[in-house]
Amino acid sequence: MAKAYLSIEAVGVTFQKGASRSEVLHDINLQVDQGEFVSIIGHSGCGKSTLLNVVAGLIPVTTGAVILDREAVEAPGPERAVVFQNHSLLPWLSVQENVRLAVDKVFAGKKSAAERRDWTLHNLDLVKMTQARDKRPSEISGGMKQRVGIARALAMQPKVLLLDEPFGALDALTRAHLQDSVMEIQTALKNTVLMITHDVDEAVLLSDRIVMMTNGPRAGVGQILSVDLARPRDRLAVAGNPTYVGGRASVIEFLYARRAA
Amino acid sequence: MSFPKPEFSASEPIVMDLRDPPPRPFAGLARRASATAAAVLPPALTLLILMTVWQLLCGDSYEGLPSPSRIWLESRELIVDPFFDRGGVDKGLFWHIVTSLKRVALGFSISAVCGVLLGVLIGANRWAHRGLDPIFQVLRTVPPLAWLPISLAAFHEANPSALFVIFVTSIWPIIINTAVGVRNIPDDYVNVARVLRLSPVEYFFRILLPATTPYIFTGLRIGVGMSWLAIVASEMLLGGVGVGFFIWDQYNASRISDIVVALAWVGLTGFFLDRIVAFAGRIVSRGNALS
Repeated sequence: MAKAYLSIEAVGVTFQKGASRSEVLHDINLQVDQGEFVSIIGHSGCGKSTLLNVVAGLIPVTTGAVILDREAVEAPGPERAVVFQNHSLLPWLSVQENVRLAVDKVFAGKKSAAERRDWTLHNLDLVKMTQARDKRPSEISGGMKQRVGIARALAMQPKVLLLDEPFGALDALTRAHLQDSVMEIQTALKNTVLMITHDVDEAVLLSDRIVMMTNGPRAGVGQILSVDLARPRDRLAVAGNPTYVGGRASVIEFLYARRAA
Repeated sequence: MSFPKPEFSASEPIVMDLRDPPPRPFAGLARRASATAAAVLPPALTLLILMTVWQLLCGDSYEGLPSPSRIWLESRELIVDPFFDRGGVDKGLFWHIVTSLKRVALGFSISAVCGVLLGVLIGANRWAHRGLDPIFQVLRTVPPLAWLPISLAAFHEANPSALFVIFVTSIWPIIINTAVGVRNIPDDYVNVARVLRLSPVEYFFRILLPATTPYIFTGLRIGVGMSWLAIVASEMLLGGVGVGFFIWDQYNASRISDIVVALAWVGLTGFFLDRIVAFAGRIVSRGNALS
């Protein structure tokens, strides 16, 4: 069998604190193709963020391996850019400088200073943040911060973009705006995306496939659902679409009915 | 690419105010005057009351603590002309303060650099923390004057000894605050640095230093106050020009009035040192409110 672009193979993570061990993830297998948008959904504390951090390289695997583009993931790196839940922009840098820091680091020696500047502005333009480029993170709204976080990640030209509940801290309207932006960008750039979410609508609307995780400890992959909706997707148009409604129903069924059982 | 700036209708009332000049200068002046009065009057009044009480308590007796009126009579030259220089140690207080400030500037600069570096070390390295922190916690409680005989024994000369006392007195709050700042760097910033694969040097300058700046300046502020305490104490024993020795000299000559004047200078200088470091901290950590 040909290896997928991103392959999570029999990954298990066990945290050890003193004498107590807790197995958070158990035997996770997941194959993601290039250009695919995969969501991981599950209840709080099921270890989905841990899984994302493993792919990012921020947390080492205890067993198994993560393989991206035929290379094993061993440490964090810009080819697996992360958009963190709480934006994690550096407050002492302006919006532009935050993105520029990443661009300068990733493209040092590959692009000239002028090219790096243009590339920074191009990515800010992609998330519609050109206007606020000289503002500091404390001067812009939560949604705008998250946009900058996305621009910073995109600017690294990652092989896989990792989104850790990127819209979790935002109000519903801002969230919808950002979801639309992410869909537009995804359509244009064809990034491979792995997104953590606990929002069922978000998962169905954005994803090609939804990975549903069982509850921890020893969380694993419960079910994988393909969402066969044509792109570009329009949140109003798909709302009544049977595929959308059915997908939504089966995710909710997995999350709530099974849990009660 | 440029975008039109949004226009705010709220700017209109301000424009109308500007078109209406007659009441404005007076209103503005009155407001500024009352603000200044609110800031200046209470301390001035308190000072006046304290001086009166002091005057009443000490009266005109020639024994013990001199009253404000006697200080004025006896030390008038010192108060009126801080800039005279008759050679040797017979100088105006300004020159004594300047000499002491130079020593503080040197000693404090060394302790700022070493303090930040040591603070980063024990903040970032668990073993350095375990090894050094208990020792620092003990050493920081040693009073400045207790270091003086040791530093004299080590350096044999007055000037380096004074510098060392300043250094060793002011370094502890800098170390401890820097270490706390380093340990409090949010995980998010560390993760960003890891994803970007910043080198240790890049991490130090791009993440660690800016993230720790507010803590460092808290340490520097406490440190500069302590170094000023130390300079006065150490100069008392070392001699030469300097405000500490001036106080000691006047004490030996039983000129208590001059000492009171010198104390006022010492206090005001310490106050301004504190404000300068606080101001520098505000400028350097601009926009670094935790958000």
